Amino acid sequence: MRVFTKLTLTELRLFLREPMSAFFVIIFPTVLVVILGCIPAFREPQDSLDGGRVIDLYVGIAVVLTLAMVAIQIAPAVLATYRERGVLRRFATTPVSPLKLLGAQLVTNLLCAVVATGLVLAVGRIAFDVPLASQFAGFVLTFLLSAAGVLAIGLVIAALVPSGKAGNSVGTLLFFPLMFFAGLWTPREVMPEALRTVADFTPLGAAERALNDTMTGHWPAAISVTVLLGYVVVFGFLAVRWFRWS
Amino acid sequence: MTVIEVQNLRKAYGDTVAVRDVSFSVERGEIFGILGPNGAGKTTTVECVSGLRRGDGGTIRVLGRAPADTELRRLVGVQLQESQLPDKLSGREALELFSSFYPSPADWQALARDLDVPLATRYAKMSGGQKQRLSIALALVGNPEIAILDELTTGLDPQARRHTWGLIEAVRDRGVTILLVTHFMEEAERLCDRLAVIDHGAVVALDTPAGLIAGTSTEQRIRFRPSAPVDTALLEARPEVRQVVRHGSQLEVVGTGNLLHAVTSVLAVNDIIANDLRIEQASLDDAFVRLTGRSDSGE
Repeated sequence: MRVFTKLTLTELRLFLREPMSAFFVIIFPTVLVVILGCIPAFREPQDSLDGGRVIDLYVGIAVVLTLAMVAIQIAPAVLATYRERGVLRRFATTPVSPLKLLGAQLVTNLLCAVVATGLVLAVGRIAFDVPLASQFAGFVLTFLLSAAGVLAIGLVIAALVPSGKAGNSVGTLLFFPLMFFAGLWTPREVMPEALRTVADFTPLGAAERALNDTMTGHWPAAISVTVLLGYVVVFGFLAVRWFRWS
Repeated sequence: MTVIEVQNLRKAYGDTVAVRDVSFSVERGEIFGILGPNGAGKTTTVECVSGLRRGDGGTIRVLGRAPADTELRRLVGVQLQESQLPDKLSGREALELFSSFYPSPADWQALARDLDVPLATRYAKMSGGQKQRLSIALALVGNPEIAILDELTTGLDPQARRHTWGLIEAVRDRGVTILLVTHFMEEAERLCDRLAVIDHGAVVALDTPAGLIAGTSTEQRIRFRPSAPVDTALLEARPEVRQVVRHGSQLEVVGTGNLLHAVTSVLAVNDIIANDLRIEQASLDDAFVRLTGRSDSGE
């Protein structure tokens, strides 16, 4: 355990030494909330949103954004680089299994997403009066389930790409459509019916819907939870099957 | 006492046979070299010994255990060819982290001093030689009983290379057994107690460096620039001389036995002085060429 803590701290340190990733993961989602919150119309209740406000929705979307960035953009690139450069093999010759390094990398990403989420929620609450999730336990569980789902997808990407560069490209390529369905550009609530149905079955779309449910005081919809669990199981299984250490 | 025992190891990647038939054993406290041209199967062999790959056939025992035994990760330090570290990790962080992996690690600060590892420099900013020295330090940081070093001094300048050799000898003097993969003849000759020469996936010779050289040839070559023209027939008449070759103003005499005496006495009788005289004896290089049919290990 002592070694795992040390590994995680090292991974965290390395993460923070990449100023671009650190900014986009930890600061950018909050910046997005602040910018949108500065638009007066977004702070007014809308009939089309059942009396909700656009800014309320975007706090949930910003949380999904942090998860997508750590899991789809960062983790695959880092892990593929570790494999490409023989770091995982290097660990395989020591008493510490490369599995621990992989675990430390995932925990690091999760911790960064937690910090970013805390920041988004705090700024949303303080600056724009966005209520904290009234179904808090549901929020935490949904957050962890979503994180597990997207990290499993990230692991599969890391397993399949030949290099860190390729991991980065594939991650970026997937990031935009997945975030589209999470409502980054058009929130789910105002999507056309057909698009909304598709979104409900995408990992980030399901995550956004489930998080939004808990933020408005409900338990997440069964369909979203099922979809997220499905991603965890299927992609977790594939990641275990396909991941190569060298 | 035998600490590494490899018998009839075989390993193929698809249709390519990397290791056909390799057997050798390493005794405690020796520096055992694996020498061979690129692609001969050296790295695959040590990767199997390190437990990174499974051989397709044959048996390997390291300290009496199968190579995959996790206990060996603590007892064997490995320096891999082409294995890097994260770009932003500093030398100090790498050494500190890796030393925390082992129950009774070496003093990493002393290791860093001995190997001249830059502690504050991040991996991406290190020179090739600094990365190599850090990699060696990481292989030794766990206080291993056996150190497996693959292409130990590749990328080091000649001075750093000699310094590293001294360090390896010091490590051996502490009782660590060393399995060294190399394609540098000078390194093998200087460091190794015994050598296995591997070519096309098989051991073609296994002996001490001196034994390998002696097995090659007892022939000597003498080169000199005569002060006056020499009738080569006079030299060729001597039983010690096998061949005389003219290279411009230089003569090269090839032969056996007391060749030098034979040549100088012929010259003395004819009042000729031998300028720039050099005697060449067989080296490990020659042994290598004879064994593998290649003039160079193909660096």
